[in-house]
Amino acid sequence: MPVLGDPRAPEPTVFDKSRPGRRAAALPPLDVPAVDPADALADVELATEPPLLPELGELDLVRHFTRLSQRNHGIDIGFYPLGSCSMKYNPRMSEAIAGQPAFRDVHPWAPDEAVQGTLGVLAELETWLCELTGLHRATFQPAAGAHGELCGLMLFRAYHEDRGDARRTVIVPDSAHGTNPASAAMCGYDVVTVPSGPNGLVDVDALEGAVDEQTAGIMLTNPNTLGLFEVEIERMSRLMEDVGGLMYYDGANFNAICGRVRPGRMGFDVVHLNVHKTFATPHGGGGPGAGPVVVSERLAPYLPAPVLARRDDGTLFWDHDRPQSIGRLHGFHGNTLVLVRALAYLLAHGGDGLAQMAAKAVLNANYVAQGITDVLPLGYPHHQPMHEFVSTAKALKAHGVRALDVSKRLIDHGFHPPTNYFPLIVDEALMIEPTETESRETLDAFIVALRAICAEAAADPDALHAAPTTTPVGRLDEGRAGRHLVLRWEPAAGDDG
Amino acid sequence: MEFAPHTPADVEAMLAALGKDDLDELFAHIPETLRVTGTVDLPDGRTEDEVTQHLTGLAARNQAGGVCFAGGGAYDHYVPAVVPALISRGELLTSYTPYQPEVSQGMLQALFEYQTAIAELTGLPVSNASLYDGGSAVAEAVAMACAATRRSRTLLSQALDAPSRTIVRTYAHPLRRPVEERAYGADGRTPVADVPDDVAAVVLSQPNALGVIEDVRAHAAAAHAAGAKLIVKLEATSVGLLPTPGSQGADLVVGEGLPLGQGLAYGGPTFGFLGCTSDQVRRVPGRMVGETVDAHGTRGYVMTLRAREQDIRRERATSNICTNQTLCAVAGLVYLTWLGRGGLVELARTCLARARHAAERLTAVPGVSLAVEGPFYKEFALRLDVDDPGTVQRRLLEAGYLVGPVVPDGAAAGAVLVALTERRTAADVEGLAVALETTMKELV
Repeated sequence: MPVLGDPRAPEPTVFDKSRPGRRAAALPPLDVPAVDPADALADVELATEPPLLPELGELDLVRHFTRLSQRNHGIDIGFYPLGSCSMKYNPRMSEAIAGQPAFRDVHPWAPDEAVQGTLGVLAELETWLCELTGLHRATFQPAAGAHGELCGLMLFRAYHEDRGDARRTVIVPDSAHGTNPASAAMCGYDVVTVPSGPNGLVDVDALEGAVDEQTAGIMLTNPNTLGLFEVEIERMSRLMEDVGGLMYYDGANFNAICGRVRPGRMGFDVVHLNVHKTFATPHGGGGPGAGPVVVSERLAPYLPAPVLARRDDGTLFWDHDRPQSIGRLHGFHGNTLVLVRALAYLLAHGGDGLAQMAAKAVLNANYVAQGITDVLPLGYPHHQPMHEFVSTAKALKAHGVRALDVSKRLIDHGFHPPTNYFPLIVDEALMIEPTETESRETLDAFIVALRAICAEAAADPDALHAAPTTTPVGRLDEGRAGRHLVLRWEPAAGDDG
Repeated sequence: MEFAPHTPADVEAMLAALGKDDLDELFAHIPETLRVTGTVDLPDGRTEDEVTQHLTGLAARNQAGGVCFAGGGAYDHYVPAVVPALISRGELLTSYTPYQPEVSQGMLQALFEYQTAIAELTGLPVSNASLYDGGSAVAEAVAMACAATRRSRTLLSQALDAPSRTIVRTYAHPLRRPVEERAYGADGRTPVADVPDDVAAVVLSQPNALGVIEDVRAHAAAAHAAGAKLIVKLEATSVGLLPTPGSQGADLVVGEGLPLGQGLAYGGPTFGFLGCTSDQVRRVPGRMVGETVDAHGTRGYVMTLRAREQDIRRERATSNICTNQTLCAVAGLVYLTWLGRGGLVELARTCLARARHAAERLTAVPGVSLAVEGPFYKEFALRLDVDDPGTVQRRLLEAGYLVGPVVPDGAAAGAVLVALTERRTAADVEGLAVALETTMKELV
């Protein structure tokens, strides 16, 4: 008999719980003449059997999704130091503001004069993003960071083509997020990978050898995925300038420098910001985020259309008259209500608060790194990390223990694991990003747990191999999932649904 | 206002542990010329109360609360309270991509159930765990079709909504993939015609951007005769009435998630869905969830076929998609569960009946007629006998009725779209008809 509220108790699928004829929804009664579809749509093929949607009463529906939620870890439950993801507190203030009917119940094709409030939010947000990045104009269509990357690279292409100069390659460091090369490929560019040097920074001499007249530009995140600031960024910028290449800033790590360093000042032409990271809009299990793209003056003409514009009387409108635009990336206007949340977050912090936010993110990361450096040293210890760091668990291999085992054991201690095996240039990588909203006590407890796990790796490695033991399921057979694909629920044989 | 919990003593002790004197020292290795001196030129922080007041003040400048007859991919269907209540549970709201399945079974199972629901709506066996929106989903489907056929040419129906057509062109341009359009006919339907044998994909929508129901089966046959894929952008609620496009031969079915429990939301956040035939499963963009077991044989769920994805495959990935619209997809699942199998059928029949009634009533207004005669479901295009239909739209908005968008091109160019949901009563329609009649008289 399962314990009340025990998340380990199995939960059948919503389809298993379905019973024919049951339902939660009540629709308004028809106050117009009923229509027989066979008459009204005489020449049209009609459905013979409706789709097999689940049929549940409302209480069973609520219980099902409540129980599913109990089988899921979120920031609200505990520490979530997933590197590269900035899993910080998501203020409920932002949820309440964006949930107001006056923002929520607005049709995307309502005339501009009927949506001056929403356009006002976007205009104000654009001002903030331009000031923080040191750039000129923004688009809000990209729905996520990778969508922003695709947008940025399309802007690269439009800029070069406008100069009659179709270039072929985009440079990406070997430590870059996987989205960077994937975005470049989607934009038709050949990817040239430049190596990191022994200090974990881009090997600028190698970069110098890689750039040429075919270089459309470079994609960088700074600090990089090791959490290290690319101190030679100005030299890299000059190299790109010399060959007429452009610079793309992947904003995944902007939390480290927000309010303290402007990407535009570093020479970047395009920045995407992951508002679900830096500006704490909820990650939602993998979206919705938003990836607004901010650009320099020379790339502004190519932004997706429409762009926001202001009339002489101060009213805002969507300007569709953009002859040099790359086109469109979203069917409506982007993840607008996520952007409302982002502005709420920015307004709360203010310019001064954002610089403090970045400083405390860096403080927390360095504090944890320092606390575990003797057992899980930095993969690249030559420079001080910023808002995140990458440790190596390679010393534990002597005990037959891998980074993944450390991660799984952390779960038994009540912590979400760090990012594993990324970036690829660190052996047995554990990429840890505490964020600024965690208290010193939480960080201390995490340090204690990691140290205990490292000690356990030597004394009882099988305890790590068996982890986690406190969760609804143990380690799952991912190979089997790939070999015997089961991607949907199927009715049992003989069950006619 | 900040959300960092550090007391001054915390900061001091933590800095001491690092051998630093102040927070700025943590940035000392960054070249000085790059660092912002002083503070950025932005307002100071505010309290929650002040932020809420400021943004509520902006919200008040939106003209919300009118009677919504607008369409164009966004429809005023009712969103039951269970949807926001369940997706705002912190365990779901504040989680991220389920890289660690043992602590993410809730989200993974919900996505597995979502995939099942989408497979049912599309009539295709494979669904992913969501895309950004319906428009970009069309472009992703085109990329899949090009990869599957090793061809590059795409034929778009002109009766595919204009934003989706632009997105397909935007994605295709850097890859030098030709995109052409085929005009819709006087009945508002896309003519079924021979497809050249170098075409990768034929794309249409069901019902189309004029609200008209297409003959998916005939288009599938024509595409397949040329070895091309048929992509259908589906208005999801229509399958309460119409056959699933997959059952009629479509190879890829995508669609806009907004009508499935997202509200209007000024168009976002929303989600895009994608279904495909089994042979294309390894070309699918984005996350997919599969069922498996742990060492004890307990059933569980994991992200699967990960070798398609950008973090593994980098520039050879099927797409660059990483973060997508997971929570919106779960909201869609909650909505579809609330609606249920019977509710979907009733919803579709209700929309059909209301749209028939509205079309009849509105075309009784002098100077107003149906722009095309093809069969429609919940949305139709009205030809207004005036110079500028945009003026009618604005006057109606002043009277409290939102209609539109205006059809941009083709035989019905300049016609105004009107959409009916279960929420639009006979009295709403009468009010719109009266306002329309008044407006037309003023303008003629």
